[in-house]
Amino acid sequence: MTQRLTLNVNGQPHDIAIDDPDMPLLYALRDDLGLNNPRFGCGLGQCGACTVHIDGEPTRSCAMPVSAVGDRAVTTLHGVGSREKPHPLQAAWIEEQVNQCGYCINGWLMEGVALLKRNPRPSEAEAREAFSELICRCGTHNAAVRAVLRAAQQA
Amino acid sequence: MDDFRDLDRRLHRRAFLSTAGALVVGLAAPEVWARAAPSSAASPNNPAMLADKLDAYLAVHVDGTVDVFYGAIDGGQGLATSIAQMVAEELDVSLTSVNMVMGDSARTLNMGGASGATGVSRRGITLMSMAAEARRALVERAAAKLGVSADRLRVADGVVFVDGDAEKRATYAELIGDKSFGSDVKWNGQWGNGHDAKGAAPVKKPADYKVVGTSPRRADLSRKVFGEQDFPGDLKLPGMLHARMVRPPVAGAVPVSVEEASIAHIPDARVVHIKDLLAVVAPKEWNAVRALRALKATWSESAPNFPDHDHVHDYIRAAAVTQRTIERENGDVDAGLKSAAKIVAGEYEYPTHSHASMGPACGLADVREDGATIYTSTQKPHYAADGIANLLGLPREKVRAVWMYGTGSYGRNDQGDATADAAVLSKTLGAPVRVQWMREEALGWDPKGTAAVNRLRAGIDANGDVVAYELISKGFSRENVATNEGRAAATLAGQLLGFPPEPKNTFNIPFASYTFPDNRVGWETVAPLMERASPLRSTHLRDPYGPPILFGSESFMDEIAAELKMDPVAFRLKYLKHPRDIEATRLAAEKAGWVARASPRADIDRSADVFEGRGIAFRRHFDTFIGVVAEVRVHRASGVVRPTRIVCAHDCGLIVNPETLTHVIERQLVYGTGRTTVEELHWDKDKVTSVDWIKYPVLHMEHAPPKIEIHLISRPDAAPSGAAEMALGLVPAAMGNAVFDATGVRLRRVPFTPARVKEALERA
Repeated sequence: MTQRLTLNVNGQPHDIAIDDPDMPLLYALRDDLGLNNPRFGCGLGQCGACTVHIDGEPTRSCAMPVSAVGDRAVTTLHGVGSREKPHPLQAAWIEEQVNQCGYCINGWLMEGVALLKRNPRPSEAEAREAFSELICRCGTHNAAVRAVLRAAQQA
Repeated sequence: MDDFRDLDRRLHRRAFLSTAGALVVGLAAPEVWARAAPSSAASPNNPAMLADKLDAYLAVHVDGTVDVFYGAIDGGQGLATSIAQMVAEELDVSLTSVNMVMGDSARTLNMGGASGATGVSRRGITLMSMAAEARRALVERAAAKLGVSADRLRVADGVVFVDGDAEKRATYAELIGDKSFGSDVKWNGQWGNGHDAKGAAPVKKPADYKVVGTSPRRADLSRKVFGEQDFPGDLKLPGMLHARMVRPPVAGAVPVSVEEASIAHIPDARVVHIKDLLAVVAPKEWNAVRALRALKATWSESAPNFPDHDHVHDYIRAAAVTQRTIERENGDVDAGLKSAAKIVAGEYEYPTHSHASMGPACGLADVREDGATIYTSTQKPHYAADGIANLLGLPREKVRAVWMYGTGSYGRNDQGDATADAAVLSKTLGAPVRVQWMREEALGWDPKGTAAVNRLRAGIDANGDVVAYELISKGFSRENVATNEGRAAATLAGQLLGFPPEPKNTFNIPFASYTFPDNRVGWETVAPLMERASPLRSTHLRDPYGPPILFGSESFMDEIAAELKMDPVAFRLKYLKHPRDIEATRLAAEKAGWVARASPRADIDRSADVFEGRGIAFRRHFDTFIGVVAEVRVHRASGVVRPTRIVCAHDCGLIVNPETLTHVIERQLVYGTGRTTVEELHWDKDKVTSVDWIKYPVLHMEHAPPKIEIHLISRPDAAPSGAAEMALGLVPAAMGNAVFDATGVRLRRVPFTPARVKEALERA
């Protein structure tokens, strides 16, 4: 049965109709709201491509039922920074020319942003740890660490 | 924000119109007459699609921007920016005025696609010649307009002016804006990778380059960082249905009957069952996923009896040879081995790998009465259009492939298969369809890079010289399905619909620079484990024959050196003659701080917790020369092997963009480390079991080499020769040789998993 619920995404309330309370948040964001930054990589919470922040905490939206989000604040990459107002990590990502294909980039940026928020001056080891559960098939791992350290210096 | 980033945004907007909130596909309306035709076929009415017309390669607009029609793609390694640099150089326009039109079969010629790292070395060189020819034509027009002879004219930033009198000038936009060049170029008559064209104008001398050889930032970066880059999964076509493919529980089983009632509770979900192809569709994406999970179907009996994957190499050894090809032979190897004072022999095993792309394949198709449009991230979109025409029975000119940036494919991955699925479903349903493969399909059903067993022998004479050498690599053919989707039979959908498979026996052995008096190098193939719609069907995976065979050949070079108690670098240099071979090897060693001595190191403490060592590997691929030194740490108790540092010397001739090149090499050394230490496809007798990121482990941060140092050897006067896959194949041997140096234990099977390494250490 169709249910209605309200998601609080990037500071805006969004009303959606859902057929299944177990639908992962990822599908609500992408299919209902057209917010394509979180990507489908595995649907298993194993790769990080779908990461969003829920009340500031990096969360795999592919493994979070939409009905469990409640009124918590969902932030996607668009809510973190934009071309007009880039997050320091986005600027550093471009300076370091980190990404290749860019399919995984959402998860890395969302984890990196969360790291810098809780630890504005991370060490290289801390940056590596923050990215430890993410997958990138292009091999941008070291470059991503360099970008975090660059962003930390400039913050 | 710098100009280049602003340009990204402008070009991006031009390419895709999107309304706020809802993402609706808006393919750019064709901007000039030359590109108005939706047909992908060359026709006399459409000179922009004729390979012997300059218009087919570039267009100058009234606003001074330049469209470059690149009939291939940028897989995300920055190729588009490098090609744009090459064109800007010869055309004398600013880089920011160049827009790359890539992979659209209605707007670009079939130049092959991503293949063998040939973007710069082939297509870039072609487009430099086209740009030089365009510049010549424009200067000629300016000469007529300004009433001066062409040799008095100079060009800068798309403005032609009289030398010494810059007031007398004409812009490219004024001279030709949105009009046809109307001039011919010399096309070599080939399509695909073989395509080339030459203009009458000479190209510049490398000494005069201003843009080539510099490192402008890649044009695609900021779009990705700000989440503006649409991939196929982001497109919504009006009236589009979401589809999921239903794969059999046992490989080879086909759907016999389907209980449609099992998904009746899911809003608007439907089943599509055509011959052996089974899919579910729904207007809402999640409902398609629910239908996939809920659908009950009866499948035919199938007993593929795949040999246990752990013993697949024994299976390969024992299997009948379907084809044996000696690729290179000189001297008399049998006599050489017979007369040798000493024989060294070794075998090296390489596993099956999935493309394991970051995103599972996603393709869209909009098939109508009068033609079809597909939206795809396949590496070879023109071929995909050919294959869709074949699959749907449409005339080729009625199919348009629109290439989009996508998840890095690194070979012929699953993208083209998903696109073919979408085409079949769209035709059947009369609506646009987006097919998104699931993770278990992307690993379980993508075309694979196959396993091989390398058998090596060397004969050494009384002086310690290698007099005879033999390498025979045996395994599955690398083309159970073609390396592009140009034929319906090459796609899973095509095979499920009854197109008979068209397998080929191909293998190939990487070039080796070493010179031995008696030398024999060849391969043997064995029959595929399943003929039709196989989850193990092979095709090209990044550097298809590099890593599987170089692991053997470059480990074996080390093995011979160790037998002779020679330093592995000195041993290689003894058999290398070409100065570029020698320089790449020497430079890698020198930059790594290599100290000449034999492996293994003399001071191994067997009771130590951690062993450390260094290893080298070298190759020449086309005209790219690469030396890689790996330093590793081996943990005795756990068997964990980690590279601590990789040093790479890289010579690919002319360097277009040094920074992009450095990035491409660094990323592939990381990727290669994953292929070496963790990646391995598992299956049981019925099916692939490596269907998620735990059962198909890939490199994570903990596995990545923390220090990577890249030393580019610049040779502006040598033709550029490619870089996007050349170095990764050296990682397995360089690391394996380092493990031997550290421990005295030779690793003979990739990946170097902790269990395997531990066992090898305990056996020693």
